[in-house]
Amino acid sequence: MQKNMTEKADSSSWVRKKIFMGMTFREYLKSCVTLTNGIAALILIVSVPVMIYRLVYGLGPSTNLSDTNPWGIWIGIDVLSGIALAAGGLVIGTAYYLFGMKEYHHFVRPAILTSLLGYLFAVLGLLFDLGRYYRLPYPMVVSFGLSSIMFLIAWHFALYIMVLFVEWSPALWEWLNMRKARQWFSRMAVWATVFGVIIAGGHQSALGALFLIAPGKLHPLWYSELLPLYFLISAIIAGLSIVIFESALTRRIFTEKVEHFDSGRFDRLTISLGKASSAALFTYFFLKLLGLAHAHTWPLLSTPYGFWFLFEMLACVLLPAFLFAYGVRYRNAKVTRWTALLAITGIVLNRVNTSIIAFNWNAPERYYPLWSEVVITVGIITMAVIAFRWIVNRMAILHEHPDYESSH
Amino acid sequence: MGISRRNFLIRSAALAGAAVVGSITKVRAGQTPDSRGEGYGVLIDTTFCNGCRKCEWACNEWNKNPNQPIKAYENKSVFETYRRTHAHTFTVVNRFINPLNAEPVYVKKQCMHCQDPACVSACFVEAFTKTGRGAVIYNPDVCVGCRYCMIACPFDIPAYEYHEPVSPGVTKCTLCYDRIRRDGGLPACVEVCPTETLRFGPRKELIAVAHERIRNNLKKYVDYVYGEHEVGGTSWLYLSAVPFEEIGLRQDLGTRPIPDTGKGFMFMVKVLEIVAAWPLVFAAFHAIARLRKKNADTRVSADDKNAEEHDRKS
Ligand code: SF4
Ligand code: SF4
Repeated sequence: MQKNMTEKADSSSWVRKKIFMGMTFREYLKSCVTLTNGIAALILIVSVPVMIYRLVYGLGPSTNLSDTNPWGIWIGIDVLSGIALAAGGLVIGTAYYLFGMKEYHHFVRPAILTSLLGYLFAVLGLLFDLGRYYRLPYPMVVSFGLSSIMFLIAWHFALYIMVLFVEWSPALWEWLNMRKARQWFSRMAVWATVFGVIIAGGHQSALGALFLIAPGKLHPLWYSELLPLYFLISAIIAGLSIVIFESALTRRIFTEKVEHFDSGRFDRLTISLGKASSAALFTYFFLKLLGLAHAHTWPLLSTPYGFWFLFEMLACVLLPAFLFAYGVRYRNAKVTRWTALLAITGIVLNRVNTSIIAFNWNAPERYYPLWSEVVITVGIITMAVIAFRWIVNRMAILHEHPDYESSH
Repeated sequence: MGISRRNFLIRSAALAGAAVVGSITKVRAGQTPDSRGEGYGVLIDTTFCNGCRKCEWACNEWNKNPNQPIKAYENKSVFETYRRTHAHTFTVVNRFINPLNAEPVYVKKQCMHCQDPACVSACFVEAFTKTGRGAVIYNPDVCVGCRYCMIACPFDIPAYEYHEPVSPGVTKCTLCYDRIRRDGGLPACVEVCPTETLRFGPRKELIAVAHERIRNNLKKYVDYVYGEHEVGGTSWLYLSAVPFEEIGLRQDLGTRPIPDTGKGFMFMVKVLEIVAAWPLVFAAFHAIARLRKKNADTRVSADDKNAEEHDRKS
């Protein structure tokens, strides 16, 4: 009896310490009443019922998808853009673990957590899009369409989520105070990264290759045999930009979590990430030009679709390329941060263009998302942000765990 | 310790390799040996079609799609808008106007049953099969509902049961595989057609017949058999008196089978994943070595001391 009581007390203090961040349940609840949480709650109150509605009543009543436009914003934004933006873990993980760029130490954990959540929530978005979502594991266990690029992507996604889990999990073991597991997974991290680089390159480009199958449907300015390369390079740009932008944002929001923060050093690192982005953007731009020259699609530039294409190329590729270069030249971290946001917008636009706007451009019927599609997308993004905050508030993501500090 | 590290290296490489090699053997998938045979097909001579739409009626009847009494199909007002296939409409007849004499031209539309179909190569669970008879058929038991097949089809044929809440499927013409699999069986539309618009037979023969008709009546026909070469050839073949673009049959699709567009990429991914694996594995090896050295040189944490101990023992 006595023993039971102490056990109970023990476990409740564990919950209090780990889940309620050292507060009692009451205090914890009170601390949750903030404006941002209020907005998040509102979004969830609206979007969760819509999600359930979609799962119960099907795609017909909950989307504007049609036989001519079978893919909408759940593919264009949640999956294609989401995965591109989740390349941050790949970029920083490679720099840190493989190229030994130890100075990026503080960027690694947040970037990898962002990627992990990015992939998980992209899969959640995909779930709403799949007509028979409950068959998600079919390509893994039931039937193999080996000639399909989609098959390659399904497998690469599954494997890469495991890689990201291995890379991220030391933070989890530290939180749970499981030393053995932490040690083992920390050692695995290098190998996971190697494996991760190989398969991430494969599936980022495969997302572009998905559209190779539709030469007659994707507008010729966007269709190119170089699509896989375009997607790969722009994913690297997206990864770098998201690390720049997100690190600035989290350092502002979670100030109390960031110890010994050296802003001069942080700015220097931000700028060198900007330098890499600038180089990648210029490369991307010239490859796009090469694609145009190769396909002789110049004349199409003076059509409405051509203007839209030029807007994407000039405002979302060339402009950020120069702005990043400016940031490097004048050591301006602030410009670099805002440019990262511009580059991110550009990549989302590119994914939406490829999968929706320039897709089936010939068809008389256009697609616009239904309000419920937008609500679900916003709901998914909100959930990802909540998950990120929940973890960052509890685990050693933005700071080092006091018990493990020296072992990095 | 050295041995265990090397083992680890080999094991990791093998793991990376296995993920890759699995699919290299199937780079040329999408064509079963069966599909290389010509199979059967249907020749549509649009010059004979009078737009009676009995084929639509017969198709709905056979496939248990929602139907109307055959009388209702005489209604010509449907021709006012261009129609495509939908979830429970596997074939439609559209009306075009012959620019030369302003006469109507009626053109039936349905799955073309490509020789090397885009839908087959797109599907990541092999829900589509190109049968030896020529029909491309679909298996709803494995379909996940990603609708990539709809993205892939160059003729915009597969449709989706968007209003089926829990078990929606892809639908399209099956070439009445359930009828033609028996010798002598005819597709429902072919059987019902009162004019000589539709003719079922071995694809090779149909191509010969088509060319013969053109040769015998050079004035009447455009000298081209649509479907003979389009995207690598289709089982349905069209003859026309009007340029094909004028009657909704795209001539810019090329002769390259759609599945070929992704093959180069698939192959490259495999090669790169195998070739790139090695430099990366070595980079990792060095990264670890460097880390170890650094740990040994500087203050060794209690954690790592334990680890070293553990390694030495093994
Ligand atoms: S027409 Fe479309 S659906 Fe029919 S076989 Fe060809 S690719 Fe498949
Ligand atoms: S919707 Fe079904 S049949 Fe079409 S590609 Fe996806 S899984 Fe295959």
